[in-house]
Order: sequence, then structure tokens, then C-alpha cells
Amino acid sequence: MDAKTTRRGLLKGGIAAGAGLLAGTTAAKAAGDPAITEMQPWNQMLGDGVDANPYGKPSHYEAHVKRRSVEWLTADPVSSVNFTPLHELDGIITPNGLAFERHHGGIADVDPAKHRLMINGLVDKPLVFTMQDIMRFPRENRVYFLECAANSGMEWRGAQLNGCQFTHGMIHNVMYTGVPLRYILEEAGVKTNGKWIMPEGADASGMTRSIPIEKALDDCLVAFKMNGEALRPEQGYPLRLVVPGWEGNMWVKWLRRIEVGDQPWHHREETSKYTDLMENGKARRFTWEMDCKSVITNPSPQAPILHTKGHTVLTGVAWSGRGTIPRVDVTLDGGKNWHQARMDGPSLDKSMHRFYFEFDWDGSPLLLQSRAHDSTGYVQPTKAQLREIRGVNSIYHNNAIQTWYVNEKGIAENVEIS
Amino acid sequence: MSKFLNILAPAIGGAGAVMAMAYTLADQFIVDMPAPLREAVAVAPANAEEPKDATARVMAAKFSLGREATTDEVAAWDIDVRPDGQGLPPGSGDVMTGEELYVDNCAMCHGDFGEAVGRWPVLAGGQGTLTNDRPVKTIGSYWPYLSTVFDYVHRAMPFGNAQSLSDDDVYAITAYLLYLNDLVDDDFELSNENFTEVRMPNEENFYPDDRAEIELTAFTGDVCMENCKDAVDITGRAAVVDVTPDDAAARKRREEAAAAAEGTAAPTEVAAAETAPAAPAAPAADDAAGGDAELVAAGEKVFRKCKACHAVGEGASNKVGPHLNGLDGRTVGGVDGFKYSGTFTDAQANGMVWNDETLSAFLANPKTYMKGTKMSFAGLKKQDDIDAVIAYINAEGKE
Repeated sequence: MDAKTTRRGLLKGGIAAGAGLLAGTTAAKAAGDPAITEMQPWNQMLGDGVDANPYGKPSHYEAHVKRRSVEWLTADPVSSVNFTPLHELDGIITPNGLAFERHHGGIADVDPAKHRLMINGLVDKPLVFTMQDIMRFPRENRVYFLECAANSGMEWRGAQLNGCQFTHGMIHNVMYTGVPLRYILEEAGVKTNGKWIMPEGADASGMTRSIPIEKALDDCLVAFKMNGEALRPEQGYPLRLVVPGWEGNMWVKWLRRIEVGDQPWHHREETSKYTDLMENGKARRFTWEMDCKSVITNPSPQAPILHTKGHTVLTGVAWSGRGTIPRVDVTLDGGKNWHQARMDGPSLDKSMHRFYFEFDWDGSPLLLQSRAHDSTGYVQPTKAQLREIRGVNSIYHNNAIQTWYVNEKGIAENVEIS
Repeated sequence: MSKFLNILAPAIGGAGAVMAMAYTLADQFIVDMPAPLREAVAVAPANAEEPKDATARVMAAKFSLGREATTDEVAAWDIDVRPDGQGLPPGSGDVMTGEELYVDNCAMCHGDFGEAVGRWPVLAGGQGTLTNDRPVKTIGSYWPYLSTVFDYVHRAMPFGNAQSLSDDDVYAITAYLLYLNDLVDDDFELSNENFTEVRMPNEENFYPDDRAEIELTAFTGDVCMENCKDAVDITGRAAVVDVTPDDAAARKRREEAAAAAEGTAAPTEVAAAETAPAAPAAPAADDAAGGDAELVAAGEKVFRKCKACHAVGEGASNKVGPHLNGLDGRTVGGVDGFKYSGTFTDAQANGMVWNDETLSAFLANPKTYMKGTKMSFAGLKKQDDIDAVIAYINAEGKE
């Protein structure tokens, strides 16, 4: 039995029982843990029957686990973003109801019976597909992360938001079921001068992006399921594009049309937005790939260490738009010394990976960082390294190493260090 | 099925004898036949006809799904415009016409001079600021192509009423945006004829992603694992900036952590709140407005057209438009702190009141009923929709 766990249980149990409060560890041990010695209501009374929740929900004790937004970031919730609570999750799969949202014209409420996918432009024959047509193509199942290019964008100038949900939560990782885009494009027959595609959404923002044909024919999917069930409305129901490893904005939701062309369209989300302004006033464009990145999710500002010194589990996630994550290093002392973390769970191409580092905390303050290596040999850079090349105004693609300061009470804070 | 495979697989595999056929296939497909297609062929439906010749084989490799799009269908959706002018519809519009349209449709969010209201996008100014500490990225200072402005306004603006502007309106607004950015004079007229002659000042300052050359090599290599630095100092703290949204759950856990570290119990009320059972579900709400629940539900859908600019319900506050709580019986122009148009302040002075009748007439044709209103919404065509949205607003905003 773990003495510390027991003590925590005692604190809650003692209060619930309404007796023996603040009895102290020794006295409580003598009396026994009320969580054990007292009858709990669920031990005695019957629970709800099978259909109490035909579509199941998490325990009400988990009500605090939810997507959250930062009100001051955007002008209006209709064109805004919220964040995945990474610090409350484990493994690599993001539950559908917690996958962060980013809309440019609100959540389109699309009737699948009236949804069509059109392929036009430089093709032998422009085609229209119903949802039933799409379901008749061969399907694939793939787990991919989707990260907004602006994830961590608020941290360029300095430590700003206290919580990995806010600093790193514009990401989710789910299993998609869909049709390889190449099947659909080849059904229409791409002409030899078809070098780009332009997916378009059916929502009120009419989202459009330009994607090179090589990527379109490589690993893109036209997906209709996530984690086994229909896409959620906020994730593009009934149809979205999956562009593995590339910035989330390109994964057009409510996908209704794909045009094939001989050059890019230079639309709003690839000129005014999603271009990276450098210090010299020039801007990178078509920065599609998401760089290798990681973050420690526990402990973190929203998830302090809840026990005193002793055996401690540190965990986090890592991902790369260029492959897998064979290795993550962790430091407890702000980068003086590093330790290789333990990777656990599936290691899939362009998917989130889970790492753990178990250590004996001596109760002294910590400066925690994680440093991911991807399968190409690229190593996640420091903020200083990135700023040296890009300055602080590029907004997008901040994949720098994150630092959490944990004090002697286990409380964590977002900091920057020398 | 196996016969099917025998015919096609070698062609793709490129075995010497059938290389010629492989090339034929590649031609037909235009792009190289992709590996997954091999699998697709392997699982082709049992009722697929046996191919008769090379062309037939190509057809058989497809799935024969979907149908040909009609010209009208393509025209209805294909409205995208490119920098070379492809996709521009015939039409024209001048700066002065654009100004009127802009004031009616755009200024409530983007400001009278493109300076923006709140955190809505700034559209004008900012030239020469891209190397500043706080660059101002606008159409004039940043956007590389004018076609982007036309395309975006055409497909997505006004916010909440997309694709409601005519082609000529979009030309006029685009011309006005050029004028706001000092790129044309006030007598300028933009059309599909002269569109591509307009070049944006920042066009040359974009370049393709060069991370592969600049960063991938720099960030690849051996890493230090031990004694990597002597001293570490904290140089910045989020707690000092303090812009994180308040998170009661996280705060509670921090307090618990602090309490645990002190070796004392967490404050009783905090722990009790955490372990208290959830309040019993509230009884199903009566139809508070006394109206038809179905009508209210229908109105909620109609209200999607309104909610970009208006809020209603508990805690609703003014957005681009005033909040709609207590609208039934409210004096027109009666919300404190909202800057109304002249026509609304006049109506307020005259004691005009919102009720089913006045609201209904206003929503049917806002610009005719309240001439000069700032509301850019074109109006609801169906009386059913009007009745439903009024029922919804009254139910939701009942005070």
C-alpha cells in the first residue's frame, strides 16, 4: 500500500464521513480509512439502469475536464478557437468531445442527405458524389495528429499562459476512417497540368487552401469517421479532408468541393494568415509541415503534483509532421542534465506519441522540459534557437521546448529560463 | 477475381513483358498509378466487368462512382479567383459606390476607415510596419494579391451573411479597400478588365518555406545529456503576465497541492464542493414563454443568421449589434451603451417600441423599414422564419 495515496484518500474520506476530521495520519490509521470502514451509498443502493444515458458521458466527477477558450484572443466566438485539455488525458487518442475546435464561420449544421462533394477544374470529367457514393470507395483507418499552425503562437514573446491546455492544446489525435483522396481524384482523372488542388468547405467561411498534387495523391484522406463514430459537427460533419502532418487549417472541414488547377490560389488563409513573418519584414509562405514538438502534460500549471516527495510520474506527448518520435529527453533541472524518457503506446507515423519519466522527487523545486527527436533525426529546438532564425512576430509554427517551474509545494508555472 | 488480378498486377509491377502496357496506363491516368490503387483493384467489386482492352482495363480500375457535374452546378460553386484573374466574373465597381456599401456592410466590424472595431481584422494602414516590434498586417501593408481580397469578400463576407453581395458590389468594395490603403484615387473604378493591372506593394516579400535548408540541418545532430550548463535562471514568468483565463478546477487543485505540501487538510468547503454529489437534474423547463416549443426550436436555427452580431439569453451583452434580452416591449434604440444609428435614436425619441408587429416588419426588410440602420442583414424572406425567430428571442431573452 502506498502511504501517500492513503493519506490523500483519508483527507477526502474523512470529510465525506463528517467525522474524525484532521485526525492526522497516525490516528486515522488506527481508526481505519473511512472509505473502507464506512458504507458508501454506491455500495448499497442500486445505480441507474442500462438506458439512463443512451449516448454515454463521462462521470460527473470529471466535469472539469473540458475544452476551454481564451476570450481575449479573438473578436467573436463564431470565429475562434478553444483548447484540448491535454493535462487531463493519457495515452495517445483524444476523445471526440475534447478535440479542440477552430472555426472561421461557426459550426456548420450540414444535412448529410444534402451534402455533395464536387471535383472540378483540370480533370477529364467533373464529378459529383453523394455521401453514399463516398462510402462505396475502399476505406482506410489511420491515426494522425492535427495541430493548428498557431498552437503555442501566444508564447513567442515570452511565457504567457499558465497551462499546457492553453499553450499546447490546439492539437488532437484521433483515428480517421476515410477514402484515400487519390481514389476520388483519379475517378475524375487529373489532367497532366493539374499540379494543385483547392479543397473548399461548405461553411459560411467557405474555407479554401491550396495543396500540391503530390501531397493530395500521397496520403490525404477524405474522412467521415473519427474514433469510429461520425465526425463531430465541430470537426466537419459529414466530411473533412485529412492532410497528415500538415497544419490543421488545411484539413478543410465540411468538405464540399475540390478544384484541380495548374497553380496555387493564394487565398486568404495562405496569404493574410498562415504565413510566417520574419524579422526582416519578409514572410515565409506554404509552411505546411508541422515541426517535431513535445510538451510535459503532468505536472503542468493546471496539473500540480498533488503528493509530497517520493515516487512521481511525469508524462507528456510528442509528435512530428515528418514521421514518428523514437525518443524524448526530459530534464528536471532546466537543461543541466537530461534523461531519456520511456516511450509507451503505439508509435505511428504523424501521430501523437506518449512518454513517461518516473522519478523519486526529493521535494525541491524543478525546472521541467521535454525535448523530442523525430525519425528524421531532427531535435526539438529551444525558444532561443527559434527566435534567432524567426524573430518573435511569425505567430505560427512555434515548436520550441516548453519549461514548467515546479515549486516545493508541487505548484507549476509556465516560465522561460536562460 | 484472380483473373482480374492477373491482368492488372503485372502492368503495375512493371515486369518486362508488360512494360508497354504500364506506360499506357500511366498515360491514361495522367499521374502515375499509385500503389494503393493496386489494392483497390484487388478488391474490385465482384460484379466488375472483365476488361476487354487496355482502355477498358483503366475504366475497370476506377470505381464508377459519382456522376458528371453539370455546367450549372460547377458554375454555382466555382467562384474562386486567382492572382492571374482566373475566376473573375464580369463586372465593375467604383470607389464611391464601394464606400456606401462598406459603411453599410463592413464598417460595424472593420471600422469606418478599416481601422477595426475591437479585435476584428484591421484592413487599412500599417505600411512600413512589418519590421516593427508590433507589425500591422493589413491588405495594404501585407496581402500579396488583390485577387485574395475579391475572393474572400465574395465568398465569406459580410460576416454572417456570406455571398449576399453582387459581383459589382464586390468590385466596388474591393476598389474602396484599395482607396482606404492609399493605393488608388477616389475616382478609380475596378473591373474584370483592369483587375490584374493592380499590384499590391508587398507582393515581392513572400518566399517559399525554406525550413528544409535553414532549420532542419541546424536542428539535427547530437545532443548534450550531462552537465550541459552551469547555471539556470528564470527569465520570464506567465504569472507576471497573468492573462490565463480563471480556471476554478485548476485553482482548487493548486490549493490542494499547497495544503498537501503543508501537511494539513484542504479547506473543508473546497473539498466538500469537490466531493458533493451533483445537484439533481432540474425538472424539464416549462415553456416559459408560453409559446410553441417547436416554434422556438425552429427559431433557434433561424437565429444562427443573427448570432454573429446579436446575443440573447442569460448574460447576453452587446456585440456588433445590441443584446436582445427583453426585446418584446423594449423601446427601439433602448439599450444603454450601444451606439445606434440616427434612425434608431430618432425612433427612440418618438417612443417606438419593439413588438411582434414592428419586429416582424423590420426583419422582413430591415433597410426599408428602418432606413439608415447599421444592421447589414438583408432580411428574412419567409414569414415562418420571422415568427420562429421572434418566438425564440422572446423565449430566450425573457427577463
